[in-house]
Amino acid sequence: MSNQGKMDCGRRRLIVATAAVGGVGAVAALVPFVSSLLPSERAKAAGAPVEVDISKLEPGQMMTVEWRGKPVWIINRTKDMLDTLPKIADQMADPKSEKNQQPTYAQNDTRSIKPEIMIVVGICTHLGCSPSSKFKAGADEGMPSDWLGGFLCPCHGSTFDFAGRVYKAKPAPTNLEVPPHVYLSDARIVIGEDKKGA
Amino acid sequence: MKKFLIALLFTPLLALASGAAVHLDKWPGSIGDKPALQNGAKLFVNYCLNCHGASYLRYKNLLDLGLTEQQVKENLMFTSDKIGELMRVAAPHEEQKQWFGATPPDLTIIARARGELGNAGAGADWLYTYLRSFYRDENRPTGWNNVIFENVGMPHVLFGLQGQQVMNHETHKLEMAVPGQMAPAEFDKSVSDLVGFMVWMGEPQQEFRQKLGFFVLAFLALLFVVAYALKKEYWKDIH
Amino acid sequence: MAAGNFEKYKSDGSIAGNALEWLDARFPATSMWKGHLSEYYAPKNFNFWYFFGSLAILVLVIQIVTGIFLTMHYKPDAALNAAGVPIAFASVEYIMRDVSGGWLIRYMHSTGASAFFIVVYLHMFRGLIYGSYRKPRELTWLFGVGIFLVLMGEAFFGYLLPWGQMSYWGAQVIVNLFSAIPIIGDDLSLIIRGDFVVGDATLNRFFSFHVIAFPLVLIGLVAAHVLALHETGSNNPDGIEIKENKDENGIPRDGIPFHPYYTVKDIVGVVVFLMVFSAVLFFAPEGGGYFLETPNFYPADPLKTPPHIAPVWYFTPYYSILRAMVWNFFGLDAKFWGVVAMGASVVIFAALPWLDRSPVKSIRYRGPITKAMITIFVICFFILGYLGTLSPSPTGEIISQICTAFYFGFFLGMPWWSRMDKFKPVPERVTK
Repeated sequence: MSNQGKMDCGRRRLIVATAAVGGVGAVAALVPFVSSLLPSERAKAAGAPVEVDISKLEPGQMMTVEWRGKPVWIINRTKDMLDTLPKIADQMADPKSEKNQQPTYAQNDTRSIKPEIMIVVGICTHLGCSPSSKFKAGADEGMPSDWLGGFLCPCHGSTFDFAGRVYKAKPAPTNLEVPPHVYLSDARIVIGEDKKGA
Repeated sequence: MKKFLIALLFTPLLALASGAAVHLDKWPGSIGDKPALQNGAKLFVNYCLNCHGASYLRYKNLLDLGLTEQQVKENLMFTSDKIGELMRVAAPHEEQKQWFGATPPDLTIIARARGELGNAGAGADWLYTYLRSFYRDENRPTGWNNVIFENVGMPHVLFGLQGQQVMNHETHKLEMAVPGQMAPAEFDKSVSDLVGFMVWMGEPQQEFRQKLGFFVLAFLALLFVVAYALKKEYWKDIH
Repeated sequence: MAAGNFEKYKSDGSIAGNALEWLDARFPATSMWKGHLSEYYAPKNFNFWYFFGSLAILVLVIQIVTGIFLTMHYKPDAALNAAGVPIAFASVEYIMRDVSGGWLIRYMHSTGASAFFIVVYLHMFRGLIYGSYRKPRELTWLFGVGIFLVLMGEAFFGYLLPWGQMSYWGAQVIVNLFSAIPIIGDDLSLIIRGDFVVGDATLNRFFSFHVIAFPLVLIGLVAAHVLALHETGSNNPDGIEIKENKDENGIPRDGIPFHPYYTVKDIVGVVVFLMVFSAVLFFAPEGGGYFLETPNFYPADPLKTPPHIAPVWYFTPYYSILRAMVWNFFGLDAKFWGVVAMGASVVIFAALPWLDRSPVKSIRYRGPITKAMITIFVICFFILGYLGTLSPSPTGEIISQICTAFYFGFFLGMPWWSRMDKFKPVPERVTK
């Protein structure tokens, strides 16, 4: 510090050069350490895409499969269920699914590839509880009498419709997430994978 | 005097070091040979994986051998249908212990474990010799014995390929009694491929490690040049 | 050179200056910077041997940082997993394969362990040839011996963690050494293991010692070692006290500020060290089977001892001394004396400042007797180290007994032979 006054140009240049090269080395040395914090191959294998057979899923029924440790709901929606969707669009926070909570191929009125088959991650977007199904319209399941059916999160009371869209003025900020998925055939779906190359 | 003392001390040391070691044939392969490794993988899955696990390796790792996911799934995956799964044996290890008396060891890092002090790469030579040194021995429960692993518990799994060797007790050499499907040279090549696969799976990233090593050393050489120039520059002050 | 005697920083009015003045009023920042770096005057004639102190600190940092990341993935558990492999062993392979970048971190740590000992041995050898342990630096040396002892413990505990065959049986043998101590021995080894054999309890406590207890002590001792050194000032290859010849400003005439002169020089040393370190790490991470011993690629099997157990290379000289003791004395058996000799062979380094009676410090001004003694000592040390890697044999036993005799003779005879030598006059000022 004391001999800064007599520091000449060549010396300064060399300090900068050494610091620059050394700095690059230091940053490169960080790579293995930071990457070791990412999910390991074991975690990735556990989170691998899941193949599901939906041939036995009757209309109006729902099944749950596990993908990356999270529940994924597959619902075979009846026509009645689908008919509720446009009716309540004005009560929805994001009726047109503009927020990025689904792959582009599910960014439509039913939030699905096939209109009947709804695939959605059953985790409330508020703080991560799993909502419970309240399929019956009306007050039968402890819901308000104008309830048209959908889901209720037991933790903080967020409600969702049959497309996983969140009602306005509820704690959850966005619609439920639609995971990437692809149909191998009419009866077989792979969850966690897009179409090859997509 | 000093030299004499040193010589006096070192002569017996050399004698100690050159103890009676088993002669091992040098493994002729290399882990850079991808087609050989693929063949080795096929042999491993067909002949070894029934009893021995490779339980630190994932099927996914086999993609590094230049195989496609489709090829791995169709030709190499018998115990699992998920490419990310570990290459485990189907039978639980407790059951294996009942069948064989001991659990067959996991083979993922056997090539490293068979290395020697001072020659960590000798594991490949050991495996290459071992797998070609089985001979018929009716005194053994399996009917097989091995030249470099006396009274080995494992039978000769590859005898269909190699044929059946017997020990000539006069020359102490192995002789082919019943030829197998493969000619000796062909069999040696297959074993070499299999050993190559085992060396590779002991550390699948070893080629990448060496490649990275060259970059790191080149980078450090550059850093040395600037750091040394900087030191020279400062030390001009010191007389 | 106490760090408190420097003037506090007075701000030049800039923001950085104000911040430093604020800091200096509350924390000895400037004073520490000056006391330990920019106005710590080190002799200007440091040579090659003087790189290893700073390199030891570098390796310590490497070990701590890589250790922190390994601890995130390693599991100290001796139970078997679904494939029948101990979980601890499998977690090491998990790090090597499944954790992204894990193999590199693990190799850094395993190579670092051997590098630590190489650097520390060279650092100690420097002290030996230039008399750095002598008055007034005895305490620096004692802290150093403490560091060496703790480092050996640290390495020993760490070696169990991969839970391979060598880990397991090495620990079994070493812990059983304690049972050689009369009366309390058996209970002592039971307390160390926490089980009747080395087991899960042992693994867990060794993990605890390895990742927190010993590193804490190590860091404390390193700080004490450096502080003590900076109080007395550094020795040099001429063994001259540079503080005895100061200029009108009270600065040693043969001293130069550690920063920038030795910092830029040490950077070069660091880069060269990293090149050697990387060459091993990337091209021979097993260190030829010496750094990562091949039997340790088999998981620990309490029912099957490997045909040949040898400690890691940095312990083998003392292990040979242990094996060299084959006689019963005073009604106590050879096992006990082996342990005593092994312990003594390490602890005896602490006595050096009081054993050396030579009128000069540096080997440069000492005669043929010193040079011969040090040469023979080093040769014996290497031979003992080499023999420790081999299986026991009658020839090896005799050679190791001769070398053990030389080893202790070097230390115990030092009060005499160090005085008998021919000495050259020591110059007033350091030489180039």
